Amino acid sequence: MTDGKPKSQNKVGWLMALPASSLIILFLIVPFLLAFWFSFTNQRLVSPNPTEFVGWSNFSDLMGVGSLTIDPKRDAEGKPVYKANGDIQYPRMRTFTRNNPDYEHLQGMREWFSIPLSNDRKWVVLAKDALFMKALTNTLLFVAIVAPIQAGLALLLALLINQKLPGINLFRTIYFMPVVISIVVVSILWRFIYDGENGLLNAILGFLSFGLFEPVDWLGNPSTALGSIMAMSIWQGVGFHMIIWLSGLQTIPGSLYEAAALEGAKRWQVFRYVTWPGLRNTAVLIMVVITMQAFALFAQVDVMTRGGPVDSTQSLVFQSVQRGYEKQDIAGGSAIAVVLFLMVLSISLIQRYMSRDRS
Amino acid sequence: MKRAMNLMAAAILTASSSMVFAQTDLSLWYHGAGNDKEKSVLTGIINDFNGSQDDWKVNLAEFPQESYNESVVAAALSGKLPDILDVDGPLMPNWAWSKYLTPLEITDEDVKDFLPGTIGRYDGKIYSVGLWDAAVALFARKSVLEKHELRIPTLDKPWSLDEFNTAINTLKMDKDFEYPLDLGLAWKGEWYAYAFGPLLQSWGGDLMDVEKPTAEGVLNGDEAMAFGEWWQNLFTKKLVPGTSQDGADRETGFLDGKYAMQWNGNWAALAALEKFGDDLLFLPAPDMGKGPKIGAASWQFGVSGSSKNQKGANDFIRFAMQDKYLANFSNATGLIPATAAAAKMTENYKEGGKLSVFYALTDKQATKRAVTPAYNVATLEFEKALSDIANGADVADTLDAATDAINKDLEKNKNYK
Repeated sequence: MTDGKPKSQNKVGWLMALPASSLIILFLIVPFLLAFWFSFTNQRLVSPNPTEFVGWSNFSDLMGVGSLTIDPKRDAEGKPVYKANGDIQYPRMRTFTRNNPDYEHLQGMREWFSIPLSNDRKWVVLAKDALFMKALTNTLLFVAIVAPIQAGLALLLALLINQKLPGINLFRTIYFMPVVISIVVVSILWRFIYDGENGLLNAILGFLSFGLFEPVDWLGNPSTALGSIMAMSIWQGVGFHMIIWLSGLQTIPGSLYEAAALEGAKRWQVFRYVTWPGLRNTAVLIMVVITMQAFALFAQVDVMTRGGPVDSTQSLVFQSVQRGYEKQDIAGGSAIAVVLFLMVLSISLIQRYMSRDRS
Repeated sequence: MKRAMNLMAAAILTASSSMVFAQTDLSLWYHGAGNDKEKSVLTGIINDFNGSQDDWKVNLAEFPQESYNESVVAAALSGKLPDILDVDGPLMPNWAWSKYLTPLEITDEDVKDFLPGTIGRYDGKIYSVGLWDAAVALFARKSVLEKHELRIPTLDKPWSLDEFNTAINTLKMDKDFEYPLDLGLAWKGEWYAYAFGPLLQSWGGDLMDVEKPTAEGVLNGDEAMAFGEWWQNLFTKKLVPGTSQDGADRETGFLDGKYAMQWNGNWAALAALEKFGDDLLFLPAPDMGKGPKIGAASWQFGVSGSSKNQKGANDFIRFAMQDKYLANFSNATGLIPATAAAAKMTENYKEGGKLSVFYALTDKQATKRAVTPAYNVATLEFEKALSDIANGADVADTLDAATDAINKDLEKNKNYK
């Protein structure tokens, strides 16, 4: 009797888990395994040609890099030639990368970035797929900026609304509202806010500066577009993480705060020695979740900028979808998805390791 | 969807014993959901066809244009294509190559009166037939051009590149307008290749050399580079609104007097005529060097490769190609009827009709976009290159990148052989 009961409970347990787990297997695990397989083939979305195994070539096409040290154009005395705008004139990169038999290994590559060297020379790093590299750096930048700011702001909001004041639920609702609205709707609204000619943001800034502020085309300018998307993303996601922080805050026993008050702790000391240690597990969860969400940057880009202007808002997931679906190159899109998966996995493992319980 | 339609059809059949039981169902997919005028013409054709013979019964399913292509791709992947479907002209070769479409049983003789842009030919065979075409013109106002003493170009003698540049730079000085010209960069997607590809062709470049096939030396050749520099100049000198143009400004900017001229399609012509009346001019495309060109080929009908009712599907398309239906479509939508005989029967395109100039434009200047299955990638790369150049990217590097991307796609698809 004592043996039988847990077993039958097990059976029921498995049965109850069946719908959810079969959905997860069907829509997450199987597609992932397929993506893994596709990334080693030349699979197309539709094609009368048979699919072939191509080994690592999708990955080498994505991540192939080369480098080159170039001299500026020099006059008879060996001084560099300057352009009209005062920049040093270098030979065009396409003279090396297009049909130049002396630089066979750089064929078809594009400049990714360059580092100036002594004597006006520069070291140029080229990439086989400069667009992927741009998407990669944009995504990493997005994660590096959004994750800490979003987590910090969410904690701040959580501390603010974790008080017993009349009407506090109203504030909780207001902060949480953007999370409930679909990201696509939020993106469309923010496109109006950021509009260069008659957008709300320009109007407010113009009003606050008594008309001194020059209107900015926030999403149409390569130097402001990614920042604008970051700001909007932080605003949109902050409420969700605020709720998680709040749940963490409410698990800290009130007796600890009472003890701290008796000891005469200042507010900062209370936070540093009571609140923060109590939020340890919540913090790990939030950092992992935010990082993963930030890596999945897609809808905002798709709705607001489609990767432009001049690739300043390209992201890995956007590129993956664009290649796989719009360009019908399932293999190329899958390769990006696999790279992204490995990146997120290793970063999560590192986060887990660094925040492990050392006691 | 199809099943639901079949069920409905079955229900109707059992309900009314007077219906003919021998008719075989044909499914027809159309991209124009939400457009009541188009629907009423199309259902008119379908009812006439269903009533005209006892073998076939066509059932219509409509899709919104934004998701139509994706619906077709998804249906093809799951083997559920309809018997008859409509296809955007330049995309037809890709669908033919992928075997979504099969050659029509319609002969050259059947389509000899049709505008060339309305016939989808690939690999020497006719795959699709359009009941109408669209055309693009430079919308301008006589009074404005005369005020600035600009020559009014004609179909026989369009503006040269120099005249065109002079015109927009002169109009730039006019403080009544925010911009001298609006190209409509707010319209993302196929508009770029449709509206600006012919300008590139007029310069002497193209998306690719379809015969070889390669984009090298064509999309990044000297002529294309010159086009690119000219294109960038339009934006650096603020002669046209850029890629972040507001969609509403695109719709009403010319009518509201924000823009002096506008590069726009005949679908926008009636609204402009209403506003400016006789003052309005539809100017032909300027000649950038290699002849004046505008885009050809709109939506066309084809038969799916998996259809078991090839004969019925072909019969329907041949039935729909009658002049009276072409004229009905044109009257309902303002689009250009596919034959001269049908044009005579329409309000707007008959001789002296308000839009008859568009029929002449199509007849004289229309040029097809590159006819190749590689088109669906080439058009995306072209759109991206034009946007990037407009936003200040280096012309040569950007066109090189687009060229490489197109060639890479050719290579991955074994040149679409």
